[in-house]
Amino acid sequence: MKFLQQLRLGFRSLLLHKLRSALAVLGILIGVTAVIWLVAMGEGVSYQAQQQIKDLGATSIIVRSIKPAEESSRSDSNARMGISYGLLREDFERIITNVPTIGRAVPMREISREVRHREQFIDGMVIACTPEYFGMNRLKIARGRAISAVDMTSYANVVVLAHEAAVKLFPIEDPLGRAVQIGQEFYVIIGVAAERSAAAAIGGSLDARQYDRDVYIPLTTFRVRIGDRVFTSRAGSFQLETVELTQITAIVDDMKEVDSTADIIRVLLQRYHKVVDYAIVVPKELLEQAETMRAMFNVLLLLIAGISLLVGGIGIMNIMLATVTERTREIGIRRALGATKGEIVQQFLWETVVLSGTGGLLGVLFGFLCGPTVNAVRFAVRTSLPEVWAALPPNIRNLEPRLAPWSIIAAFAISVGVGIVFGIYPARRAANMDPIEALRHE
Amino acid sequence: MPPQQALTPSAGPPPRDVVAAIRGVSKVYSLGGHEVKALDNVSIDFRQGDYVAIMGSSGSGKSTLLNVLGCLDRPTTGQYYLAGQDVAVMDDETLSRIRGRYLGFIFQSYNLIQQLSVVENIEVPLSYQRPPMPGGRERCLKLAELVGLSKRLGHRPTELSGGQQQRVAIARALVNNPHVILADEPTGNLDTATSHEIMDLLDALNKAGRTIVMVTHENDIAQRARRIVRLRDGRIESVAEVHREVLPVAGLTSSVKPG
Repeated sequence: MKFLQQLRLGFRSLLLHKLRSALAVLGILIGVTAVIWLVAMGEGVSYQAQQQIKDLGATSIIVRSIKPAEESSRSDSNARMGISYGLLREDFERIITNVPTIGRAVPMREISREVRHREQFIDGMVIACTPEYFGMNRLKIARGRAISAVDMTSYANVVVLAHEAAVKLFPIEDPLGRAVQIGQEFYVIIGVAAERSAAAAIGGSLDARQYDRDVYIPLTTFRVRIGDRVFTSRAGSFQLETVELTQITAIVDDMKEVDSTADIIRVLLQRYHKVVDYAIVVPKELLEQAETMRAMFNVLLLLIAGISLLVGGIGIMNIMLATVTERTREIGIRRALGATKGEIVQQFLWETVVLSGTGGLLGVLFGFLCGPTVNAVRFAVRTSLPEVWAALPPNIRNLEPRLAPWSIIAAFAISVGVGIVFGIYPARRAANMDPIEALRHE
Repeated sequence: MPPQQALTPSAGPPPRDVVAAIRGVSKVYSLGGHEVKALDNVSIDFRQGDYVAIMGSSGSGKSTLLNVLGCLDRPTTGQYYLAGQDVAVMDDETLSRIRGRYLGFIFQSYNLIQQLSVVENIEVPLSYQRPPMPGGRERCLKLAELVGLSKRLGHRPTELSGGQQQRVAIARALVNNPHVILADEPTGNLDTATSHEIMDLLDALNKAGRTIVMVTHENDIAQRARRIVRLRDGRIESVAEVHREVLPVAGLTSSVKPG
């Protein structure tokens, strides 16, 4: 009851100066909205990154071949033989036989090749893999079937196309049962994978892994049809490279064993590789890094938002000081009629809290508009500035702000806190006035 | 009662029928290095139902005396007994409570709070009562009726005439059922006719048993009181009894008797 009375009194006093109060409220409103929006954007970005990393699997360890620096390559034969580096089939055997904590491991070889169907062709990424690869990467087959064990043992010339690859090569026809040409060979299409969004960076590259150019063939077929030795062209000159496996993905049964298993693999590989021509990526570590990044990002955002709230608070203090001076006479009257200093402080604090609380509430309301605003801006850019839109990185294009409940609560609480902190000085000034002087004030 | 008795009250706490008593009160201000004695060893007793006019030229100390009586200012030396306690030594918070509980104020410039309505203005002292007074709102309505403003409860002070504003102030001064009503030039801003209306109201309150202490510089206003205290240079120059007949005003007596 007392509470409601104070609240009502606060509102009424503030309504006497509508414009002035509205400006003070606006300061806090902007601050609170900024907090909520910035945190929502940050959360959206880090959520995206986390999802991408999670797609790789929190219990997986990815070992990739890396081309070492020229002079330190494993090549022991002459230069015409080219260089050979990376993971060996032996490494794969060693890993699955020697590391007991690994539940499953999948080898994979990938190479960039033109994939052609009549006049249609794409600069494709040939992924040579085993049937487990699809399950492990949560790659869904939209139509047809995945690569089977029979395909492996029979060295079948079969291929599964990624969704976008299928669309590009077969704009009109049904690709199932048809053939595509990869290099010199033809492969029968047995399946088309479902659509998939880009995954996080692997092996030190900053770009997200795109799946839209992938075509999948059996690992055994790759070995007999394409082989370990491949010519690659780099900067106009051809080079012969021998790589047995591009990647080994190991799944650890127990999440807690991930780090130790990665260490075992590292030691195991070190023993057989004179140079470090591989990289071990632990998505769990990436996840932890992303978590740290997010925390740092949030601290930064809160700092920015804190500054804007500080400015809002100073605005409130300014207005309250003016109000106190203006209402000196009222303060004197109230003191004469029995108000203690504490009660005067309370009265003015209530007013600032009403101001900042109103700003806070409106700010939260505007905070909820974050998603629709981002969508509207995105739509406007896409329709009116298509070139700009195309130039934007996919992380920005696909950004979905995520309202963090804690940010809403925190922003509102901080706004009320700002009201109290910046209200104390004017309120104390009001309370400490000499009642006799205050009564005489014109 | 001879004036001398009032001038030289006995030492120590006053008898029970004395609601307010100041004993040897001095108030010294330091102005620009040298000291000014606004009050110099002043002693007066105010009994239950007293009606005192304090007069004196400006600088005589009458405002200071009223501030001390109103617990807005503390005497430099001396005692002030209000409701049986020496308030001269009390801290700011206790003084605030005492003002709210035992005193009613009427000012020359009415001092109503502009953003509050008539009834809310009357209510203000009630919000500072600890513990809260029961039946506050009804009491406000009754008092508004008493001062003849029951049809203007929702009006703002700016919508009222000076006389009406002073009536609101009088109702406000009565709402906490004070021991003493302190009036500082209550008619100073009013024309003669309105002044007399306001004074009739104060007379009636006194007749009903209220203790009133009023500062004025107008002789005809002062003549309404039972005693006139004249101050000069911070000292009591004279205390004079006024002899007159005051007719009781019907209807007032019952509702405003001090409780």
